[in-house]
Amino acid sequence: MTAPKDKPELMKNGKRHDGRSPEDLRNIKIEAFVLNNADGSAYIEWGNNKILAAIYGPKEALPKHTQDPERAVIKCRYSMAPFSGNEEHGSSRPSRRSIEISKITKEIFEHVILVEEFPGSEIDIFIEVLQSDGGTRAAGITAAAVALATAGIPMIDTPYAVSVGKVGKDLILDMDYIEDKYSDADVPMAICPRTGELSLLQMDGILSPDEFKKAFSMVKKAGDQITKLQRNALQSPYQKTMDKYSKEV
Amino acid sequence: MQKINMIKSEYLRGLVAKGMREGLRDHFSYRDIKLTNKFIPNAEGSTHVELGNTKIVVGIKMGVDSPMPDRPTEGNLQVSAELLPLASAEYEVGPPSPDAVEFARVVDRGIRAAGVVDLDSLFIEEDKVWTVFVDVYVLNFDGNLFDAATLGAVSALNNTKMPRYEDGKVIRENMTGKLKINNVVTSCTWAKIDNKLLLDPTSSEESIMDSRLTIANDKDNIRAMQKGLHGPFTAKEVEEIIDKTFEKSKNLRQIIEKTKE
Repeated sequence: MTAPKDKPELMKNGKRHDGRSPEDLRNIKIEAFVLNNADGSAYIEWGNNKILAAIYGPKEALPKHTQDPERAVIKCRYSMAPFSGNEEHGSSRPSRRSIEISKITKEIFEHVILVEEFPGSEIDIFIEVLQSDGGTRAAGITAAAVALATAGIPMIDTPYAVSVGKVGKDLILDMDYIEDKYSDADVPMAICPRTGELSLLQMDGILSPDEFKKAFSMVKKAGDQITKLQRNALQSPYQKTMDKYSKEV
Repeated sequence: MQKINMIKSEYLRGLVAKGMREGLRDHFSYRDIKLTNKFIPNAEGSTHVELGNTKIVVGIKMGVDSPMPDRPTEGNLQVSAELLPLASAEYEVGPPSPDAVEFARVVDRGIRAAGVVDLDSLFIEEDKVWTVFVDVYVLNFDGNLFDAATLGAVSALNNTKMPRYEDGKVIRENMTGKLKINNVVTSCTWAKIDNKLLLDPTSSEESIMDSRLTIANDKDNIRAMQKGLHGPFTAKEVEEIIDKTFEKSKNLRQIIEKTKE
């Protein structure tokens, strides 16, 4: 991949253009139970990304030919609002990129959801990117995992996702839009933290086998932090009640 | 993806458990590969690929277009793929399915990331550059479209002639120039079936696989990866796949080199 010619300086004295170290995540804020109508929902602010995830279902799979008599079918729509980027007005029709991201996101959750529990039904995952600043697929997957938990859908794990990029010789965690645009490689990964298995792996650019090993360990390390944030988002709405009763008892 | 009955699927799983598979192959080998260049003489470049019973035609056409706004001095590369209804009972007429979109994008990603086409050489004048249209046509589906399409596309690009651009017109007579190629990329696609890894899955193997991993690489580096389907991979499995891919891709690169004129 040849980067455009007006490439800015992305690494200076070991610091990134926004002051982060190579292994730093951006600030992440996750809020659960944000939409009333949905069966489950979550809102994530990941750096400048603002993304909503909503879950509808399990409900009867329609149209009928999509039903599977043995398991629930997962349907996923990742979409970017036409005003979400800092460039021109986007198209409101799904792009080829969105179709691909919807597909791989669906596949992650087919693995973790106990789909055999709901034969004949569908579970819809909607991911709406309201504002984008690089790494939206990872943030969307992380938020969707929380939203599924708020919908009470049984899962064997709560996946998270984050990408590792390469700038020159440096590997950097969690690229923003500018870093992504001028990077030499981009490796989005999603991990099931209980088993440490990869349920999303994509890459483009240039990467040696050893660099992949390092990238994977960076993603694993970041997982502790992201998993904690996902848990807090699920717990904190109940915290007041829990505090109250723990005092009374 | 083709659906197969339970008897067939249990038979295949039984073979896989014993380290065997249909067609007397071991888990780490390809089916026979045959590349035929100049299959479509009307196209600027073309290759017919046979990978076992998977048959694909890749055609290359050159057109004149505006450059992308953020890369004003580079030519464009556009890879599209058609899963023709004649190629399988599962393929339907209509807009591209998510499978078809993913397929085209993964093939595109490998070729683009590896810098196969010298896009700088495609600049004509201000606001005018060549666009390389790479069209992948699947004629018969028997699994592993990714690797077959990458082989076909790289081989076709390797043998693509350049039309001339004179007085605002594209002239296709007596094409003497060749498209400038900077790198060769190949991909290896692995299926995971009952925790066993199989290279180059057939359509029946794909119908029972839990997950799929495609690695596109050149001589020294990984250039693109794509995991597909619901099943996960452990980091150890991914590392094993990467190592084996570098070993297997040597032969694929030789096959492409042989077709070069």
